[in-house]
Amino acid sequence: MNNDVTPVNNKKVVKKLLLAVAGMFVFGFALVPLYDVICDITGLNGKTGGRVEVAEAGLLVDESREITVQFVAHHNAEMGWDFQPSVAQMTVRPGEVNVVSYRVSNPRATAMVGQAIPSVAPNAAAAHLNKIECFCFEEQLLAAGETADMPIRFFVDPALPANISKVTLSYTLYDITDKSNKAQAVAIR
Amino acid sequence: MSAAHDHHHGPAKGLSRWLFTTNHKDIGTLYLWFSFAMFLLGGTFALVIRAELFQPGLQFVEPNFFNQMTTMHGLVMVFGAVMPAFVGLANWMIPLMIGAPDMALPRMNNWSFWILPFAFAMLVSTLFMEGGGPNFGWTFYAPLSTTYGPPSTTFFIFAVHIMGASSIMGAINVIATILNMRAPGMTLMKMPLFVWTWLITAYLLIAVMPVLAGVVTMMLFDIHFGTSFFNAAGGGDPVLFQHLFWFFGHPEVYIMILPAFGIVSAIIPTFARKRLFGYDSMVYATASIAFLSFIVWAHHMFTVGMPLAGQLFFMYATMLIAVPTGVKVFNWVATMFRGAMTFETPMLFAIAFVVLFTLGGFTGVMLAITPVDFQYHDTYFVVAHFHYVLVPGAVFSLMAATYYWLPKWTGYMYDETLGKLHFWLSFIGVNLLFFPQHFLGLAGMPRRIPDYALQFANFNWISSVGGFLFGFSQLILLFVVIKCIKGGKKATDQVWEGAQGLEWTVPSPAPYHTFETPPDPSLIKAQ
Repeated sequence: MNNDVTPVNNKKVVKKLLLAVAGMFVFGFALVPLYDVICDITGLNGKTGGRVEVAEAGLLVDESREITVQFVAHHNAEMGWDFQPSVAQMTVRPGEVNVVSYRVSNPRATAMVGQAIPSVAPNAAAAHLNKIECFCFEEQLLAAGETADMPIRFFVDPALPANISKVTLSYTLYDITDKSNKAQAVAIR
Repeated sequence: MSAAHDHHHGPAKGLSRWLFTTNHKDIGTLYLWFSFAMFLLGGTFALVIRAELFQPGLQFVEPNFFNQMTTMHGLVMVFGAVMPAFVGLANWMIPLMIGAPDMALPRMNNWSFWILPFAFAMLVSTLFMEGGGPNFGWTFYAPLSTTYGPPSTTFFIFAVHIMGASSIMGAINVIATILNMRAPGMTLMKMPLFVWTWLITAYLLIAVMPVLAGVVTMMLFDIHFGTSFFNAAGGGDPVLFQHLFWFFGHPEVYIMILPAFGIVSAIIPTFARKRLFGYDSMVYATASIAFLSFIVWAHHMFTVGMPLAGQLFFMYATMLIAVPTGVKVFNWVATMFRGAMTFETPMLFAIAFVVLFTLGGFTGVMLAITPVDFQYHDTYFVVAHFHYVLVPGAVFSLMAATYYWLPKWTGYMYDETLGKLHFWLSFIGVNLLFFPQHFLGLAGMPRRIPDYALQFANFNWISSVGGFLFGFSQLILLFVVIKCIKGGKKATDQVWEGAQGLEWTVPSPAPYHTFETPPDPSLIKAQ
């Protein structure tokens, strides 16, 4: 073995490997946005998109199909709000704009901020359930004892795969009082 | 040549020898003793679990403490026992096998060992903290570990960071050593398989340990800095945690088994007195397994709600791993076929490895089948599967390696009678311990629960008896090793009649410095 060359080679190898380590560390973090992008593109994981800007009058309604949309409401363990959809399910036609509202009330003695997170089943339907307006786009601030009706305006895309006739839209409410920008407003009330 | 002369001193005296050593043999010894201590500690945690599960109902521990035991058992065994033990063997044997005077980066070698005791002191100390230690399983799924974890989770995160740093440094050292320090004539395709498997393992470590570091860093940010990587309320996703964790986790299980393949590939030819069958195919099979390990991670999470295409892909990719693994098992059996076999303790452990690891591999194929995985998921069947590949798999290979190279390390033959006793008690114990768990899992007993329905009582009773038998049998190993260090029949340089390779050309015990001048190229033979 050539003793003059080895330390130089070691430095080269170590440099390359440290670069690989740093690269994989960054890759780990890059997987986070990548995951969201993949979920977005494929509609996996039941994630619905954001607000859809559309001229409602211009939508073509497919009168030949009927889709049952079911509404589900959960609140996570620490939330304590009453949270229910006004109807359990409705029959819609693809392209037709519908409104459903969720009733929410805060039985607690303090004001709280909630955030609703949507999920759609089956996953393949997620990309085809379009929301023009949704309470889930905003944080919800409810004073102690306050009740509110929160609307969703939505339509089902006519491109919904033909084998899907029933879509479930589920919302889970999380308590984000501590993290919210509205926390100051809570403190004032 | 006065500098060269200075290198010929023996080890320093006292504690500073071990603290400041940069000698690959000393550091290998430190790693091996450390991992054995962790093996006994993790085993003690396991015996707490088996004691609690001896009977239905709650006997000895609170459910929360039981959860801490399952978590700590997994973490200590994976990161404290199995991984450092293989690093210890790499330190001891790789320079000897490739004709190098030491590891390429001796000072970093010292560091990568000495940060480990601090990591584990920190991890184990969490058991005595307010709220107890980590209780969310060794997989530390978010939000169980972030939103609902005990306050000590932060210490757990730092401990994982340190273990990761240690593993990465160890891996860099192994790669630099193998790429740069081989003796003249030691071409890549003449390297012993233990060296090959470790080279590939080191690349796996470099690829996935940083991802693990990233995951625990995200947890740290979620817990303390208000981010929402894994928090649905803030737009994050708990399922993302599982993807990230298993992207690390699946290559990790191969990190714990590839060096074992290398050990068994060294031992079987020695005691069958034949060359290893299919050396080239062994190398390619190892590389294939390493590649496949990166594209099968989601088979750990079939039940999260994946699309059909994803389930099919991960199912077929997982089953594909059985092909290169099958090649290996075939080659080991073919090596033994018509060999002049003798059954010293290392060979007994190696044969048990081949049989029982294959059994664990079969249950792995069962678990890979998506539709049935939905039933097996999170049951004792999974526990039985990964313990079969890790205990009579990885751990048996470590024991085989210990008996195989112990005469080279100490200069004395170990007590063969006690070695065989240790083997047979371990073999019986491990099967009593884990085989009934297959039945428990198929019958629906969930894992990580301190209590169970009455119909599971008999198999749990058998499993616990096996657990205590296996656990206490390991004290025989400790006794055999200490006895062998103290003395015994002098070992020859070659030690085993059929042993081939450079490590058997140096005296027994291996001198403090070896191969300061490269070995004669004529000693380097094709495998």
